[in-house]
Amino acid sequence: MTLLDSFRDGKKVRAAMDELHRSVTRPWTIMEICGGQTHSIMQYGLSDLLPPQIELVHGPGCPVCVTSIELIDKALAIASQPNVIFTTFGDMLRVPGSHGDLFSVRAAGGQVHIVYSPLDAVKIALKNPDKQVVFFAIGFETTAPPNVYSVLQAQALDLKNFSILVSQVRVPPAMEAVLSSPHSRVQAFLAAGHVNAVMGYWEYLPVAEKYRVPIVVTGFEPLDLTQGILWAVRQLEQGTHEVQNAYSRVVTKEGNTRAQQAIQKVFMECDRNWRGIGMIPMSGWRLRPEFARFDAEQRFQVGDIQTHESEICIAGLILQGLKNPHECPAYGTLCTPQNPLGATMVSSEGTCAAYYNFKRNPPVKG
Amino acid sequence: MTTSSLPHLEGPICPLPLSHPDQIVMGHGSGGQMTQQLIASVFQSRLTSEALAANNDFGSVALPDGSLLKGRVVVSTDAHIVTPLVFPGGDIGKLAVCGTVNDVSMSGAVPLYLAAGFILEEGLPIRLLEQIVDSMRDAAQEAGVQFVAGDTKVVEKGKADGIFINTTGIGWLPEGMSIGGERAQPGDVVLVSGTLGDHGIAVLAARGDLDFETSVQSDTAPLNGLIQTVLQAAPHTHVLRDPTRGGLATTLNEIAAQSKVAIHLDETAIPVNRVVRSACEFLGFDPLYIANEGKVIVIVPPNEAEAALDAMRRNPYGQNAARIGVVEATPAGLVLLKTIIGGTRVLNTLAGEILPRIC
Repeated sequence: MTLLDSFRDGKKVRAAMDELHRSVTRPWTIMEICGGQTHSIMQYGLSDLLPPQIELVHGPGCPVCVTSIELIDKALAIASQPNVIFTTFGDMLRVPGSHGDLFSVRAAGGQVHIVYSPLDAVKIALKNPDKQVVFFAIGFETTAPPNVYSVLQAQALDLKNFSILVSQVRVPPAMEAVLSSPHSRVQAFLAAGHVNAVMGYWEYLPVAEKYRVPIVVTGFEPLDLTQGILWAVRQLEQGTHEVQNAYSRVVTKEGNTRAQQAIQKVFMECDRNWRGIGMIPMSGWRLRPEFARFDAEQRFQVGDIQTHESEICIAGLILQGLKNPHECPAYGTLCTPQNPLGATMVSSEGTCAAYYNFKRNPPVKG
Repeated sequence: MTTSSLPHLEGPICPLPLSHPDQIVMGHGSGGQMTQQLIASVFQSRLTSEALAANNDFGSVALPDGSLLKGRVVVSTDAHIVTPLVFPGGDIGKLAVCGTVNDVSMSGAVPLYLAAGFILEEGLPIRLLEQIVDSMRDAAQEAGVQFVAGDTKVVEKGKADGIFINTTGIGWLPEGMSIGGERAQPGDVVLVSGTLGDHGIAVLAARGDLDFETSVQSDTAPLNGLIQTVLQAAPHTHVLRDPTRGGLATTLNEIAAQSKVAIHLDETAIPVNRVVRSACEFLGFDPLYIANEGKVIVIVPPNEAEAALDAMRRNPYGQNAARIGVVEATPAGLVLLKTIIGGTRVLNTLAGEILPRIC
């Protein structure tokens, strides 16, 4: 048995679940921030085992889903240019912009390459000096370190043909946006363990204090998630609002300080639009002026783009935890993973896609 | 950040649908829902016959009146493309023979003859072509089938990817045999002949784009021998199907839809090679959606399940065979997976192109 297997052990999960059933006396609504956690909850059927009093609502932590339509349209415009190799994480290919997606660009002859790491995009730039290589730098704090390292590496190599299109978002401002909504039902958070691996959890202390909300740093395996929910419920039952670390095998309070320093060197905070939610002040990162020559938005003339969104689906409400997918009239009929109306159906981490793939029928509570 | 600076949260907004009805995209070749929709909208509306309408990977046709043979003729055809052309455990030649031999065998028929069409790209090294054709000869010998027709075309550099091979297979289906995706019944047992996902992961690693290496070998193999022993042990077998593109999950969904039954699987029983599982985990794939080229799903009545399983395990290509689930009446058309922690989830058809997850 490997380390990971023990966090998927059915007996251990059931023992933790029993403890959870004993601990809960009232209904509670808990939001897991991260799309990876939503995916894991659905993949393992964890919500089947929860006490009926606990409702999980799914947060805006899917970077694919929340990337703004303006940036998708810019990506499509850049990727369509003849001398460009556009590199991206895989699931961005399926995200619809106003008039198409990266699949369409590729089918029309555009060079769109899936990479696993932005450093692979740097390698592609080295191998293709006569092409402009652009990396679509999306993600939460988790992907920020490799994204900034690609820029630092390109700088060290003095690459003239590498740039990144930045759609970098941050968790704490999104938590505050959710909590500040007059409709918010969220009583506790499971924080996204991978984000905290990079950033630590010192940033979350003032959020827990200000909104009097328990926050539990949580991992991604079934046992991690059960433990995160259990700790959150114990706090809710006791009326405390602390930041707890239920993912201590990976996360420290300080986080990865070298990675944080690299991020600070290359990025600065900025306002950012979240698809389905709107503009959240200082919720993103952009390149600092001294790295402007690696900014794809400046290298390519893509400033003037008219965007257009469908009005059928309720992705915005789902991303805020106000609705669950089966409450959408389009879910599973007009809107499916291969014909997504909403960004939440696009990425496998998106809430609607996770529901569709794992729970299509009947809808689950939570 | 002060509360007053927070955004007014917008209501329902969302992007327009994109179903790609106007041009072919890679997802149309995934073997999943997009492939099914393309076949329904373009092909089935224009080309029809009783054999095609059965929706199996093979067509079964009657022998002409006056023929002295009993039984039926089974035909299957398959176009083979793969990058790289040579991969651990096989090459495109072996794949082209095994793929078609297996499709014919899934009817219960004995495969007999093959025809091959080659599209060669200008610049393909003759040595490589020889290596590929040697593999075809070896695989055909192992399967006991004979090549009886062929064709070769050459296209300009850039108009193909080295070599594409189409193979057509013909087999004989003895009288009384009735196997197909529409025949699964409540109570039946679902078996699989071995570990899942080996071929897809071996090819992905060999492609080199993702910068990872594995010890995994493709499982490409002719399964007609294994299937004949299964049919001797379990003569009332209802369904045989190879989980190729789209993997186990997509193939079982096809069967659940054709037979109008539910398939209930036990995740702990599904055999997946440890290395494949790890590779899938860090690449963001699910092994149940990864292609296989030497595995068969066998659905049999419960009283023949043990005999079928034993027969598979005695064959070199079936040593890791396992009982993975049962067929039930409801909820018809769905495949449900009991997870390792005891929850239940729907196992859906692959949508389009398999895309790795970001994190």
